[in-house]
Amino acid sequence: MAQKNYAGHTIDVNDEGYFTDSTQWNREVAAAVAKDEGIELTDKHLAILEFLRSRHSSGDALSIRSINKSGIVDVKEFYALFPGAPLKKATKIAGIPKPSSCI
Amino acid sequence: MTNSGDSPLKKVCIICAKGTIEDVYAALVMTNGAVMEGIEAKLFFTFFGLDAITKSQMKSLKTATVGNPALRMPGNLPFPTLLGALPGVEAGVSAMMKREMDKLDIPPVDEFMDMITAGGGEIYACKLAMDMFKLKKEDLCDHVKGVLTIGEFYEMAGGSNTQIIFT
Repeated sequence: MAQKNYAGHTIDVNDEGYFTDSTQWNREVAAAVAKDEGIELTDKHLAILEFLRSRHSSGDALSIRSINKSGIVDVKEFYALFPGAPLKKATKIAGIPKPSSCI
Repeated sequence: MTNSGDSPLKKVCIICAKGTIEDVYAALVMTNGAVMEGIEAKLFFTFFGLDAITKSQMKSLKTATVGNPALRMPGNLPFPTLLGALPGVEAGVSAMMKREMDKLDIPPVDEFMDMITAGGGEIYACKLAMDMFKLKKEDLCDHVKGVLTIGEFYEMAGGSNTQIIFT
């Protein structure tokens, strides 16, 4: 298993860079992962990350539509906050597995 | 699983020519999936596919209950073609399809198109088919960015690592 150093913490990651243990996550680590992805975290970002983590821990599937329903941001803002591949980037920064949903 | 390594897909141009629930959703899922991956996506509706972007039709797409051998009743029982021809059966089956899709968090057509366009995906209509069905631009939903000829469509489909997909 690969390991990466983020903000002084050693994190177990898979070969795509996703956390294999989501309990190793904290906000400092998130900021460092985000920096690697070219994103400066704001409160809006953090609110989404917390939302994704709570969805993940309750076992709900993640989809772009669930972000829309979260009440934190709409889809357009989500794409603006995590440019490129938003759900993949956001889950990586949130320290949870890559989403397996097609929507 | 192998992946495309250092030459990933950059753009997809997807064509939908049929107006059943499953044909339209196949195109929408593929387009939205591309947008989610950061792949440039253009979705082009032609012929009966135009129903998906026609304001008066887009909320009432149907699944064919006649001439659809893969259609089965709950419990995997066969679905006789003659049953599919009865009034109301097509509407009932279509409502059931939509209910099942909603359970999987698959949005209705208009909301799906909101998501696609919010992410930068583009939706177009075919000029020739619109002329044929006597449709005008104002008959189409606001998600439609433009009405194209096939030549204009090909102009958009240029660039390396682009795929044209006919669903």
